[in-house]
Amino acid sequence: MIGIVSYGFYVPKYRIKTEEIAKVWGKNPGDVKKSLLIEEKAVAGIDEDSLTMAFESAFSALSTAAVDRNKIKVVLFGSETHPYAVNPASTILAEFLGIEKNYLAYDTEFACKAATGAMISAQALIKSGYSDYALITGSDKGMGKTHDVLEYTAASGSVSLLLGKDDLILEILSFESFSSDTPDFWRREGMRYPSHGGRFTGKPSYFYHIEEASKSLFKKTGLAPKDFSFAVFHMPNGKFPVQVARSLGFSEAQIKDSLTVNYLGNSYTASALIGLMAVLEKAKPGDLIFLCSYGSGAGSDSFVLRVTKNILKRRKEFSQVIGDKKYIDYPTYLKFMEMI
Amino acid sequence: MTNLIGYHTTQFGELWDKSLFDLVEEAINGVLKQTSLSNKQIDAVFFGNMLAGVLENNLHSTSKIAEILKVNIPIFRAEAACASGGAAFNLSKTYLDSNSNKNVLVVGAEKMTDYSPEEAITGLSAASSGEEQEAGLTFPGLYGMMANFYLEKYQYTEKSLAYVSVKNHYHGSLNEKAHFRKKITINDVLRSPYVAYPLKVLDSSPISDGSSVVVLTNNQDMIKKQKYSVAVLASEVVTDTISLKGRKNLDEILATKIAADIAFKKAKINRDDINVAEVHDCFSIAEILAMEDLGFWKKGAGGQKIKEQSTMFGNGGNLIVNTSGGLKAAGHPVGATGIKQIGEIFLQLTNQAEKRQVKNVKYGLAHNVGGSGGTAVVTILAS
Repeated sequence: MIGIVSYGFYVPKYRIKTEEIAKVWGKNPGDVKKSLLIEEKAVAGIDEDSLTMAFESAFSALSTAAVDRNKIKVVLFGSETHPYAVNPASTILAEFLGIEKNYLAYDTEFACKAATGAMISAQALIKSGYSDYALITGSDKGMGKTHDVLEYTAASGSVSLLLGKDDLILEILSFESFSSDTPDFWRREGMRYPSHGGRFTGKPSYFYHIEEASKSLFKKTGLAPKDFSFAVFHMPNGKFPVQVARSLGFSEAQIKDSLTVNYLGNSYTASALIGLMAVLEKAKPGDLIFLCSYGSGAGSDSFVLRVTKNILKRRKEFSQVIGDKKYIDYPTYLKFMEMI
Repeated sequence: MTNLIGYHTTQFGELWDKSLFDLVEEAINGVLKQTSLSNKQIDAVFFGNMLAGVLENNLHSTSKIAEILKVNIPIFRAEAACASGGAAFNLSKTYLDSNSNKNVLVVGAEKMTDYSPEEAITGLSAASSGEEQEAGLTFPGLYGMMANFYLEKYQYTEKSLAYVSVKNHYHGSLNEKAHFRKKITINDVLRSPYVAYPLKVLDSSPISDGSSVVVLTNNQDMIKKQKYSVAVLASEVVTDTISLKGRKNLDEILATKIAADIAFKKAKINRDDINVAEVHDCFSIAEILAMEDLGFWKKGAGGQKIKEQSTMFGNGGNLIVNTSGGLKAAGHPVGATGIKQIGEIFLQLTNQAEKRQVKNVKYGLAHNVGGSGGTAVVTILAS
């Protein structure tokens, strides 16, 4: 069985409230919050980027696993805000983690599902015998143009997962992937901010791909929504994951613990995985977790994960850690995001 | 006498997998099948469309329609902003008035949802004056000013406006081709976010895709052969100043008043003969103004009359308004709207309106407006 041996996450301590952004643009904060279901979002500091946050989460993941770092022969870094267009962040990450040089590294990009795609590749490399362990990271300092709706949602955060075949906390029982050429959200080379197709990002994009990837996995495994203790979806805003969960047949109780977007925003590649982090704080051995990511462009990766008793030894505090926060105002936000 | 013998419309809504001409083709094929007409029996086509030139650099649409229909006949495009459909209909009637024994297709279509809201709004603003555009006045802004003036002058509240949307969404729930099928409440409207005070999201028609087509003929043999047929008693186009600032009164659309007066005179019927009407409710205030300007309600009474809900289907009123759902709920693919309005009246007059069929319908009226009232088209049909 292949699965997750340990995990780590990093959410920067800075937060900006929806009200703070809305008032700058003369919007009624109540309307914005009602529309997006986001109260506040996490913002990386001026000295942080996707790589520094990746280091924090990866270091945390490795610190709880008694693993010989030289046995990690796969390091994959998923992001849509890699610090370099050319020059891998995965090698910088591996170097700083002290992983010996005999490893395969690459950066992956598939909008917000770059890390879950890497997870599928990583488990295959372990299964093939290439490596005992694989480190995957999803990390983003999410950018949104000022006065774009993304300004309320695009957030920062990072999650790292150490995959292996023994001593697992989460077993990957099965997975599926569903992709198509659906240009709902993009950022061209040289452009600083992403563009998006507005309402086109919904029904034919997010909902279609998640629903297809999920239904396909239900069919493959013979499992149904009622069999899961928790469901976690990519969270571009607060509404979409709730709506897609409902349409697939999950209850509010199954999804509510994963909805970190309401208070942390959408940290792109890390978004669904941060939801998983919140769920792992509560999950019990034997619980089944349904995870489904979404990446614009577009595709979804769906997973059936089973919690083992090792969660009791390697569980991490989540709510307490993210509770350590500091609010910033709009000019400070612009400064931290290097927009001024 | 010109008769309308067939109507077909595509679904209205966010049709991301269909292009403008996919929609046009679907609508044309639908109406040809319904009327058992072949492409060779079509003598001319009139096409109502506003934005293809602006949004997709596509102006020679008439030739594209010839390609779709596989014909070599006269095809014309009419553009009068949101009244493009009504204007195309008027031109086709005029064409038939001077050409005997002809069959004409009147197609309306718009493709709007492939573009960002900013692009669509900029495109739609082409229907306002240069000064208005320079001042940053969008159509919600212009109609917001009219609504504000009306509510102040006649001492009504935003609640009066909300009744328009509640009624039209209820009607939309009965129309399977409507963009929105959801019923809403007065509170839903009042709690929706402001777009341009006092107009809110649920006071406003959406950006939609869709295409609608009707067949007109003055060939008496053709009329006899058809299962359904209604007479076109009048179709009047009237224009006015493009800018609001040029208007004498902000609580009326003068072009509508003039067009209605001429149309009723030509049709030789009275206001109270009309059983169903499709009026141009691009914003809730526009339906109230339309009902007054068409002469159905006294000027200034609309804010109270709408609350009585007599124009709502199922309430037993003598005149039911916007059974299609109006622009608000059926959707507003700009060029298609004027044709869909006339098509809805055709359905009502021929007892084909299914769940929303009004009983004992003899006369119907369609009212289509371009811009903030720079163009108005009034059409009267009889069973």
